[in-house]
Amino acid sequence: MKKIALLPFAVIAAMFLSTAVPADVQSLRGYKLNAMAKKPANVKVVNVKGGIERSYKLQPPMVPHEVDKYKINLKNNGCMKCHSEATYEKEKAPKVGDSHYENRDGKVLKTVSSRRYFCNQCHAPQMSADPLVQNDFQGAK
Amino acid sequence: MSKRKKRGGLFLVVVGIVTGVVLWGGFNTAMEMTNTETFCISCHEMEETVYQELRETIHFSNRTGVRATCPDCHVPKEWIHKLMRKIQATNELYHKMFGTVDTPEKFETKRLELAKNVWRSMKKTNSRECRNCHKFIYMDLDRQAPRSSEQHDPHYWDAVDGKTPQKTCIDCHKGVAHSLPEGFDPAADY
Repeated sequence: MKKIALLPFAVIAAMFLSTAVPADVQSLRGYKLNAMAKKPANVKVVNVKGGIERSYKLQPPMVPHEVDKYKINLKNNGCMKCHSEATYEKEKAPKVGDSHYENRDGKVLKTVSSRRYFCNQCHAPQMSADPLVQNDFQGAK
Repeated sequence: MSKRKKRGGLFLVVVGIVTGVVLWGGFNTAMEMTNTETFCISCHEMEETVYQELRETIHFSNRTGVRATCPDCHVPKEWIHKLMRKIQATNELYHKMFGTVDTPEKFETKRLELAKNVWRSMKKTNSRECRNCHKFIYMDLDRQAPRSSEQHDPHYWDAVDGKTPQKTCIDCHKGVAHSLPEGFDPAADY
């Protein structure tokens, strides 16, 4: 009985003790675990003319421009201002992929299928940030 | 003319001038009072919908801290055009009274029609209100994103050469400050 009554105190004591980090432990980020995080770098979305190369086959192409002005909601899809079948030629923008016009039964639709409506689920703009940890990943060419 | 009559005439002129200045000044002050954003968004019809959308755009928040308020884009700067717009706005009072767009839902169903009105008038005036701030001759195309400068280039040179550009700002820049209406067709010519 006495042991059970002491348990909460033991837990609290353990919590306090565990906050103390050994001074010699270094994080992958290059500074001590208990040090304040560095101010995040002021990175911007990169604009790449001609698009960003794919890293592997069937990769959804990345967005080579800013997208903050375009909204995707129930009423409108800002991406389709340039990338739709009706506007891509005039705007010299890549057209939405053919697969995006198929519904789940394989029927080809006139406009983009609703299951492909939210472009930014797969297509993401890229930031001018260096990787936090260096790596030697090579994309499939 | 007697001295008394002369004095009376002078008095009338002075009173006339003072009354004129007061009335004219009062009229313009009242008009300017209705020409502020605070006045525009004192109606919830504007505050809950279009104003909230503006807050997310570059015309509200940007790197230099210069921003556009409602009247900067929706009321002409020149006095005579401003007066005409203000007379038109009396129609808005009627709709305010009858609550035509007094809920966000009602506003949404009317949005395409309302937007079309604005686009039409902007096209008619060659985007005059845009050009109060944005002028081709001061534009540095090299500082723009590659796509922007490419698109602006022919119009820029038209403007520099004093020709009438084939397009006006609103032709391409619809929905820069507010959400586009449901059913907006980017390929259509509004």
